Amino acid sequence: MSKISVIIKREYITRVRKKSFIIMTILAPILMAAIIILPTVFMMSDKDKDFKKIAVIEDGSDLFRNVIPNTKDAEYVYLENADINELKKNFEAKGYYGILYISPELVNIPNAIQLISKQTPPIGLIDHISGSLEKEIERQKLLAYNIQNLDDILKNINTQVSVQTIKIDDTGKVKETSTGIAMAMAYIGGFLMYMLVFLFGSQVMRGVIEEKTSRVVEVIVSSVKPVQLMMGKIIGIALVGLTQFMIWVILTLGVVTFVRSTVLKKTDITEIPQTIPQSIMTENQLPGATAEASAAEINPQLAEFSKIFESAMNQEWLLIILAFIFYFITGYLLYASVFAAIGSAVDNETETQQFMMPVTIPIILGLMVAVGTMQNPESSIAFWCSIIPLTSPIVMIARIPFGVPLWQLLLSMGLMIITFLAFVWMAAKVYRTGILMYGKKTSWKEIWKWLKYSA
Amino acid sequence: MPLFEAKNVVKQFGSFTALDNVSISVPAQCIYGLLGPNGAGKTTLIRIINQITGPDSGELFINGKKLTPDDVQFIGYLPEERGLYKKMKVGEQALYLAQLKGLSKTEAMKRLKYWFRKLDIVDWWGKKVEELSKGMQQKVQFITTILHEPLLIIFDEPFTGFDPVNTNTIKNEILFLRERGATIIFSTHNMGSVEELCDNITLINKAKTILEGSVDEIRKQWAGNEYDLTLKGDVRLQGNNHFSVLDQKSEDGKTSVRIKTADKVSTNDILNFTMRSGEIIAFNPALPSMNEIFIRVVESRN
Repeated sequence: MSKISVIIKREYITRVRKKSFIIMTILAPILMAAIIILPTVFMMSDKDKDFKKIAVIEDGSDLFRNVIPNTKDAEYVYLENADINELKKNFEAKGYYGILYISPELVNIPNAIQLISKQTPPIGLIDHISGSLEKEIERQKLLAYNIQNLDDILKNINTQVSVQTIKIDDTGKVKETSTGIAMAMAYIGGFLMYMLVFLFGSQVMRGVIEEKTSRVVEVIVSSVKPVQLMMGKIIGIALVGLTQFMIWVILTLGVVTFVRSTVLKKTDITEIPQTIPQSIMTENQLPGATAEASAAEINPQLAEFSKIFESAMNQEWLLIILAFIFYFITGYLLYASVFAAIGSAVDNETETQQFMMPVTIPIILGLMVAVGTMQNPESSIAFWCSIIPLTSPIVMIARIPFGVPLWQLLLSMGLMIITFLAFVWMAAKVYRTGILMYGKKTSWKEIWKWLKYSA
Repeated sequence: MPLFEAKNVVKQFGSFTALDNVSISVPAQCIYGLLGPNGAGKTTLIRIINQITGPDSGELFINGKKLTPDDVQFIGYLPEERGLYKKMKVGEQALYLAQLKGLSKTEAMKRLKYWFRKLDIVDWWGKKVEELSKGMQQKVQFITTILHEPLLIIFDEPFTGFDPVNTNTIKNEILFLRERGATIIFSTHNMGSVEELCDNITLINKAKTILEGSVDEIRKQWAGNEYDLTLKGDVRLQGNNHFSVLDQKSEDGKTSVRIKTADKVSTNDILNFTMRSGEIIAFNPALPSMNEIFIRVVESRN
């Protein structure tokens, strides 16, 4: 076994066996899953508690009888000949959340309607009411024109528009893309890079400091070249990072799917019909609409997912994956070697502060530009940051799903290779000198001098 | 042919010269002392021998051949600034360091068992390093230094942290290694152990070699005209124009005298004089200790 693989193995095994690694690896997906699932669970429990019954009173007409359909959150009960003043006093006792008071002038005066309740009603409820009433008023106004076959015409003109984004390349090949998918890719890529660089880059730094303070380093560099030790550590930790990341992805998906399929599905199907009495549903809604709505309700995720999946398949996957791997490796090696150099230059972790700033800035900048890229992938700042090597791993990954001209990609990659080699080379020089220097507070000037020392 | 040779080694760090044209020649199966005050350049020379850093100019030879990166397997190095991974288990760590020297896992395991038993630390195999006393850690480090049976072993202050019993154990192991054919470079400030162990030395001061040769020769060279004389009984010796008495004391029915002879006076003349005062039991040239020589040489240069 070659020496560098012995080093990689040690770096990997000692970290993977640590209790903190095992705990983090198991806990993180549970936390992630909780973040994904909890909002849904809260929403569902809210729905159970806050189911609202609303009394609808019309003053002297019945133009709006049963025009507001019931929803999962609220039931609208149309009361005939009720006394508004009487009801105002005791609507709560009767089990109503509020009173919707519709004046007959509504067709002409849009604000002749009141929702009376003890609490401030949620926006969704108000939107639902005004939306339903607008539609009804529109319908009634159309009716006033006495158009024949109005219902058919209405059905015919009812169109839903969804913009399809088509990417066309120079050869005229056409591909359907999804901006959503591109954005997700950009986010995941940028964030992963950021995390890998910071989490594991700083692990590299701590590892180097540990070797230096425990004085084990001189024994080791008498057996292997300092650069071998540095690269062994960087690669070993990268493998730890990848292992952890893979376990996280698998476990998170596992937990989410498990919870979705058992807990949530049960409530989806069984609880909703229970809370909305069957009679009201059929009475107040058109039969066709009910069927359609419930079908969409049961399987909205599936439908959405298959749509996303289809669009995802249309991305240039090979390009994305290859570019991702490329920037991942070169970006990590670039930053991790800088971290290793920093670790070698100091005697303890508190001294790292002054050197961390210049490393942090390009990463943060990259992440910020990457987020901006999603709004405008063609902007010149996105262009430059995806070419300049310190930010390109994050920004280019974010740009690729939106389509990047080949020359830009090649230029960026070429610069990245040159820069990463230069950084590893310089870091190795600093590292080689730094690990054997004790007790002296290192300055930038000092590091500059180390760079010029011969081997 | 010397086992190891360094010829005209120069090393600079920026404007600071760490080694200025230093040469050493280490005969096979010799214990070679590398001496010098702090900051003289010893550690730099040792790091160059270990190829941790390279010289700016100069050449290094092992067994007559130019030193190559692969030769690290023939060299064992116990640095002064030494340590182990604190959180790692003793056995695993020893195996790791042995593998880095190019030993296979099974071979390393076999040899480690032998040495752990020999130095009586078998029970510590599964313990974490941080649970070990300093002396115990030193033993582990000693083993990892010599496990790959190097031709050339470099010990930099090997006895710090050891109690007298363990110091003696390690001293004997070093002599045993030399017996088995190893050549040893030994760097220390403890001049007592230099006299005891070293055959040859080089004294480096301010990046330059200022003294080299065999320990015995050097001590004779620096002896000057001083002799130690032991007489039977309680006697008082008077100096004359042939010699002066530097020091004398009587105990247990013997008198020890340190005398300094005048120039061009033979030892026979001295004996002629002194035998009149009493029966001579011993007469030896008074060899200065390495400690004295060290201080005198370094101070004369400063």
